Amino acid sequence: MAEVAEKAVVEEKEPLFGSKERKLLTDPLNDNNPITVQVLGICSALAVTTLVSKAVVMSIAVVFVCAFANLFTSLLRNRIPKQVRMIVQLVIIATLVTVVELTLKAINYPIYKELSVFIGLIITNCIVMGRLEAFAMANRPWRSFLDGVGNGLGYGAILIIIAVIREFFGKGTIMDFGIIGAGSKFLINTETSWLFGWYAPNNLMVLFPSAMFVIAVIIWIQRSWNTKLVDIS
Amino acid sequence: MELLNLFIKSAFIENMALAYFLGMCSYLAVSKTVKTAFGLGLAVIFVLAITMPINWIINEYLLSENGVFGVDLTFLRFILFIAVIASMVQLVEMVVEKYSPALYTSLGIFLPLITVNCAILGGSLFMAAREYNFGESVAYGLGAGFGWFLAIIAIAAIREKIKYSNVPPGLRGLGMAFLLTGLMGMAFMSLMGIDPAAF
Repeated sequence: MAEVAEKAVVEEKEPLFGSKERKLLTDPLNDNNPITVQVLGICSALAVTTLVSKAVVMSIAVVFVCAFANLFTSLLRNRIPKQVRMIVQLVIIATLVTVVELTLKAINYPIYKELSVFIGLIITNCIVMGRLEAFAMANRPWRSFLDGVGNGLGYGAILIIIAVIREFFGKGTIMDFGIIGAGSKFLINTETSWLFGWYAPNNLMVLFPSAMFVIAVIIWIQRSWNTKLVDIS
Repeated sequence: MELLNLFIKSAFIENMALAYFLGMCSYLAVSKTVKTAFGLGLAVIFVLAITMPINWIINEYLLSENGVFGVDLTFLRFILFIAVIASMVQLVEMVVEKYSPALYTSLGIFLPLITVNCAILGGSLFMAAREYNFGESVAYGLGAGFGWFLAIIAIAAIREKIKYSNVPPGLRGLGMAFLLTGLMGMAFMSLMGIDPAAF
């Protein structure tokens, strides 16, 4: 009898959406952001952020893969032998990514073509692997699922911020909606406007290195505001 | 000759790290000192050069329509490629440990990291997307690995020096590494003007 009672105490209550669960969702957005703090998943962050629409598709894909990979790994966590856990995790991720790839191919072929290998590279996106190792292997399914969603969203938030900056300054558009530039499809047409005649888009923003600069500036802003993140070493 | 062109093209003009920004996670995490960067760079060359031809064989003879099974199995590409990479890394680790303990002690800790290095899987996916033949896939693997090796050594050397500079606190460490990589990427962009056929 005593054993049963003890077990009941150890088994902590797990509300569906308590404060801990909320923390799992909000932490990755700032204090524990996958890109700017954990430095995971940079590769795809750089390549897909030239256009906001690409970044949005990529974010949705990562949220999906991250959440379900966490869920499935957590369900299987007691059955996976320690030595081969990496391969098991990779197979789970690769299966989910294949699902995403085929779905995208069916729904929106032009975007699929533009993202090309980067959908496949979600497999090696360290956020997914990192969260599986650090969280899903030691936690219950529901919490792992939330952790996956949170990290996916934290990643997506930064991705979309970078993409908005790059697309606006590089092309003068956001989601292909013209805001400022030369031509009649833009809201502010620099050819005819007397106020913005001097404006020219910054072509560097379309190229790869600009993503690096934008992330560096985001990190700088975040760390001057949230000083506990500053690198002391 | 064409293979040499491809080697140069993949090492300098289409540098994995500085033109496509692949393998950034380990590139940023392991570039604090030149010594460790050297070890990881070598391991990447090694694994890229081995997995690329193997994945080529799998892609050509198992997955394509004219392969053994006679059906288009390309949707299995991700799973098979990553399985090959993971098992090759494991195998390389065991072989190196058995036959060259000295190399193992210098490479050992980096080998498991390589499984999740996007440069490796990215290389295989590029190879499949661009429909290289066998020789080209070998040259591409070597070139891509060599380019990545150069990039990580360069950033590690710069980061070793920058440690002594007075950087604003918010930019210290990670932020500075990003800025430097961006600048190096700009420098490498100027290599895009080279015509590989001139060699």
